[in-house]
Amino acid sequence: MNAMTDPQGIWVYAVAEAVPDGSLGELTGVSGGPVATVAAAGLTAVTEQVPLAEFSEAALQRNLEDLGWLEEKARAHHAVIDAVAQRQPLVPMRLATVYHGEAGVTGLLTGRSRDFRALLDRIRGRREWGVKAYAAQPAAAADGLAGPAGAAKPSAGAGTAYLNRRRHERSAQEEARQAAMTSTAEIHDTLAGLAMAFRLHPPQAPQLHGNKQPMLLNAACLLDDERAGEFAAVVRSLAADHPAVRLELTGPWPPYSFAELPELTPAGDPA
Amino acid sequence: MTSQPGMPARRAAAPVAGRVVRDPEVPGPRLALVDLLDRVLAGGVVVTGEIVLSIADIDLVAVSLRALVTSVSALDGPVPVAQQAAQRTAQQAGS
Repeated sequence: MNAMTDPQGIWVYAVAEAVPDGSLGELTGVSGGPVATVAAAGLTAVTEQVPLAEFSEAALQRNLEDLGWLEEKARAHHAVIDAVAQRQPLVPMRLATVYHGEAGVTGLLTGRSRDFRALLDRIRGRREWGVKAYAAQPAAAADGLAGPAGAAKPSAGAGTAYLNRRRHERSAQEEARQAAMTSTAEIHDTLAGLAMAFRLHPPQAPQLHGNKQPMLLNAACLLDDERAGEFAAVVRSLAADHPAVRLELTGPWPPYSFAELPELTPAGDPA
Repeated sequence: MTSQPGMPARRAAAPVAGRVVRDPEVPGPRLALVDLLDRVLAGGVVVTGEIVLSIADIDLVAVSLRALVTSVSALDGPVPVAQQAAQRTAQQAGS
């Protein structure tokens, strides 16, 4: 692939205020090239030149459906954003925001500068944390007893016992489900009360999160940096108080869930 | 567990013990990917849903994620594809 002659686009990672020269030097971007900047309106976009052969609209439609490609680019996108976010507040752009040229990026910065500044003010000194809740493992009895049906030759008595056992298991499962739902609601309210901003992502599908038990809560919390320790302690104590669910804490993340521009529109209407 | 030089070390949470599982510092590659996609795809990964990406001076393009879900399902068990991709990314970003 010849970078000199192939048409190039500009991948945008994030928008920040002034990005110090040299602070991006060691970063490598989604196409393996150096990370650069485009400045306008007192804002700086963190960018990379990418070959349109791989990142044009048509190529992206194809490539985004390739999990290997998607994973590689998502991780590379995140690595750049995370590195810059360690040093300064930024508004992350969603994956695969690609412009045809610098003019497009300049237009974004200029046209949306008020939105960007409001978002930067919102997330300054704050980071995102993720809290996921899964139903806890059902009581060991429920798993253990539910052996292969008909493994033993059932007599009449054994059949009755089997049915009773099944009934018991079902009611135990129902109770566990109710307890998990109640716990999830309480955890939700506690987290929402604690966070500067709070957002729910859809629970991840089982084939994506890979756990046996269903995900009940997939929350993102925006927290002041100095309250991160306190937040972790609250999550820990919630976990102890709610054995019906299993909690998972992730982060800190760049403020992905709290710095989305109001929807970009094709019209690009000037304010 | 190999370290991932391409992924800047997560700032440690105050250590979370007890029933909070999975140290955020060493997420499994596949789980971390899902969490990441929740965020970088804006709007989350929905099984039969679609994502919208902004591209080419803000044309909006809808992309089906069905193939993604199929691929992820196929990764149950050993996850060579995910790990290879993670390592590639790590090498790439770390070099």
